[in-house]
Amino acid sequence: MKRRIWYAALMAAMILGLLSGCGSSPGGSDVVPGVEGKILNIYVWNDEFQGKFNANYPEIDHLSNDKSVTFLKDGTEIHWVINPTQDGVYQQKLDEALLKQDRVSADERVDMYLVEADYALKYIDPEANVAMPISQLGITDADIANQYRYTLDAMRTADGEIRGLSYQATPGMLVYRRSIAKAVLGTDDPETVAAAVSDWDKFYETAERMKDAGYYMYSGRADTYRVYSNNVSSPWVKNDKTVVVDPNMMRWVERSLEDTRSGINHNVPGQWIDEWNKDMGPDSKVFCFFLPAWGLDVCIKPNVTDTAAAQDWASCPSPQSFFWGGTWLVAAQGSDNPEHVKDIMLKMTADRDILRSLAVNNGEMSNDQPLMEELAQSPDFGIELLGGQNYLGVLSEVAANIDLSNISSYDQGCVEEFQNTFGDYFNGKISLEKAKANFEMSITERYPWLVGGGVEWP
Amino acid sequence: MQNQKKLKTVSYAKWGYLFILPFFLSYAIFSLIPLADTIRNSFYEYYAFGLKTVGPNWTGLSNYISLLSSDLPKYAWNTFVMWILGFVPQIVVALVLASWFTDARLKIRGKQFFKVVIYLPNLIMASAFAMLFFALFSNAGPINNILLNMGVIGEAIRFMESTLGARTLVGLMNFLMWFGNTTIMLMAAIMGINPSIFEAAELDGCTHLQKFFKITLPQIKPLLTYTLITSLIGGLQMFDVPQILTGGKGAPDRTTMTLIMYLNKHLQAKNYGIAGALSVFLFIISAILCWFVFKMNTDPDPDGSKSAAKRAKKGGNA
Repeated sequence: MKRRIWYAALMAAMILGLLSGCGSSPGGSDVVPGVEGKILNIYVWNDEFQGKFNANYPEIDHLSNDKSVTFLKDGTEIHWVINPTQDGVYQQKLDEALLKQDRVSADERVDMYLVEADYALKYIDPEANVAMPISQLGITDADIANQYRYTLDAMRTADGEIRGLSYQATPGMLVYRRSIAKAVLGTDDPETVAAAVSDWDKFYETAERMKDAGYYMYSGRADTYRVYSNNVSSPWVKNDKTVVVDPNMMRWVERSLEDTRSGINHNVPGQWIDEWNKDMGPDSKVFCFFLPAWGLDVCIKPNVTDTAAAQDWASCPSPQSFFWGGTWLVAAQGSDNPEHVKDIMLKMTADRDILRSLAVNNGEMSNDQPLMEELAQSPDFGIELLGGQNYLGVLSEVAANIDLSNISSYDQGCVEEFQNTFGDYFNGKISLEKAKANFEMSITERYPWLVGGGVEWP
Repeated sequence: MQNQKKLKTVSYAKWGYLFILPFFLSYAIFSLIPLADTIRNSFYEYYAFGLKTVGPNWTGLSNYISLLSSDLPKYAWNTFVMWILGFVPQIVVALVLASWFTDARLKIRGKQFFKVVIYLPNLIMASAFAMLFFALFSNAGPINNILLNMGVIGEAIRFMESTLGARTLVGLMNFLMWFGNTTIMLMAAIMGINPSIFEAAELDGCTHLQKFFKITLPQIKPLLTYTLITSLIGGLQMFDVPQILTGGKGAPDRTTMTLIMYLNKHLQAKNYGIAGALSVFLFIISAILCWFVFKMNTDPDPDGSKSAAKRAKKGGNA
C-alpha cells in the first residue's frame, strides 16, 4: 500500500514536471519602483535599428558574439527579438508578448518595440494600452523640439499624448542610375533629370524613351504603389467595418496594368525579393526607384557595394511626393526599465551628434529639422552612393509637407493583399472583377471583423 | 482458505496499466483536450480584433455555413490535383525501381548506395526543400539563367506566376521527397513474395513484363492500397511545400492554396471559430480515410477459411 502511494506520487510529480514548462511565475510583484531590471527586451523586425544603435549608443560596453545581446556599461543586457514583417509575423509575435506582459516575470517583459507607419496606430491606441506616453517617461516637449512635426503628430492620439519617437524622416525621392540617364537623356545632372520626370506626363514621356533604348523605367508595380497610396483622400477602413478603396488606388491599378503589359516596368512581383535586389545591382537595366533616404543604405547599397554601380546613382524629386515607412520607438506599457528606455529613446531620436552620424554614415534623413536644413546647405555633405550628391535639398520640402492623417492600422494588410491580388490581374491571369473579388476575400480573412462590412469601390 | 484467496487476487495487470498510463495522460492533455476544444471553438465567433479579443460568442453552425459558401471546394480540388501530380509519378517510379532492385537476375551493383540516395530527399526538411526550389525556379534564378544562356527560351519563364508551373513544381517536390520512401516499402512487399512462384513462372517461359503484371502486382496489392491511402491522408495535410513556394499566397489566383494553407490563413488572423470549423471538416475526411486503412489492416478472414465455409454451405444448400 505504502509503495503504491509512493508510485502515484512519483507519477504525479512526473506529469506536473511536464506541465510546468508551460507556466511561469506570476509577475507584478517583482517590479520595484526606481530599481531598473537587468534585462531589456527590444522587439524589432530586422537588424537595421540594432546596427544603428550598436554603432552610436554611448553606453555600450560590448556585444555578444552573435550580436543578439548588447551589454551596457552598467551591466544591463539588451536582448534583441527579431521577427520578420512579412505576412504580419512581427505583429503576431509582438501581440502575443504584449498580451501576456503582466503575467511574465519582469525580465521577460517587452520593454521597447519598434513600429512602422503601416500599423503604428494599432499599438499607440490608448484603449489598447500597450504603449507608454512619452510624458510618463519624463520626456518633455523641449527635448524633442527639433524633430519634424509630422513624426510627432503621427504618434499623437486622441488624448493628446505622444507614444512614440522616430529617429528618421521618410520623405520619398526618385533615385536613378547616372549611366542610364547619360545614355538616354544625354546627361546625369539631377536638375535636368528632375525636369524630365517633373510630373506623370513627363515621367511617361521619359519612360517611352527608356523603353525604346532597351531599358526599363522602374522595377515593378510595388515600386510606384506608395506614390499612389500616400496621395489618397481617406484611410483604408471606415468605422472598423467598411473597406474604402480610394480612386487613386484604381489609378495605380490602371497604370500598373499598362506599364506591365507595355514593358515600361520590369514586372518584378514585389519588393525585398531576389529579383528586386538584382534590379538594383550592377547588371540591371532598370532606370529608377522610388525610395526614401533610408532606402539608399538599406536597399541599394548592399547590392552595389564594390561594383561598377557603387556610385552610379543620383536623386531628384519624384513626380508626385510621397513617403515610405518610418520607424518609431515605443516604450512598452509595463516595462521594468523605464529609465533605460527613456535614455535610448532620447539618445537615438534627439541627440544631435548621433543624428548627425546617422545622416553622414548611414545616409539617413535624421529627425532633426534644423540639422537637416544646415546639412542641406553644406557643400561638404554628400553621399558616396550618390556620387557625392547632397540629396537633402531634394527632400527638405517634401519632408515639411508630409501628411500622415490618412494612415490606418490596416495599411500593412491592405498593402500586401492589394498588391498580391492585383498582381495576377497585371499578369493577365484573371479579370479585373476576379481581382476585386479576391481582394475582398483576402481582406476579410485577414481582418475577420470586416466580414459583412463590404468593400466600396470607386 | 485465506491462502487461496490471496493467490486469486495476485494480478500483474495493474503494472501494465501503470506503465501505459503516461501515454494516455499525455495523449489526453496534448491531443484529446485540444481536439475537443477545437470542436467547441467551431461553434463560436471567436477572433482577435487588433489587440482585443472578440467572443467567444455562441453562433451555432454559422461558421460551417460560411465555410461551405467560401472557396473551400476549390482548395480541396487544388490539394487533390497537386497530390495526384506528385503521387502518380511517385508510385510508377517506385514500382519500377522496386522491381529492378529486387530482381534476382538483374544483379544491380551498388544497390545499397542507390537506396540511400533515393531516400535522401526525404531527410531534408520540406520547407528547406521548398526554399531551394523557390530560389532555383525564380524569375531570375539559375534554371531560367541556364535555359536563357543555352538559347532554349527567349525570355525567362515565370514559373510561380502560372497555375501549371506552380502546381507542377509542388507535385515535383512531393514526388522527389516521397518516391524513395515508397520504393523501400514496395521492395519489402516484393521480397515477401515466395521466390518459387517466380521460378515456376520462369520455367514456364514467362517474360519480365508478364512476371511484373501477373505476379508482382497482384501479390503486393494490399500494400499498394495502403500506400495510396496513407499518401492521400498525407496529401490532405499538404502545407509546407506550397506555403513556402508561394509565400503563403497560393499564387496565382489561389490555385495552389491547399486546405491547410487556408486553415493557416485563419489561424494567422487568430480566427479560432472558422479555423475550428475547418479543422472539423478535415477531421471528418481524415477519419473516413483512416477507416479504410483500418478495414484493410484487420482482415476478418485472413486465411480464407470463412469464405470457404460460406461456399461449402452454399454448395450444401444447392
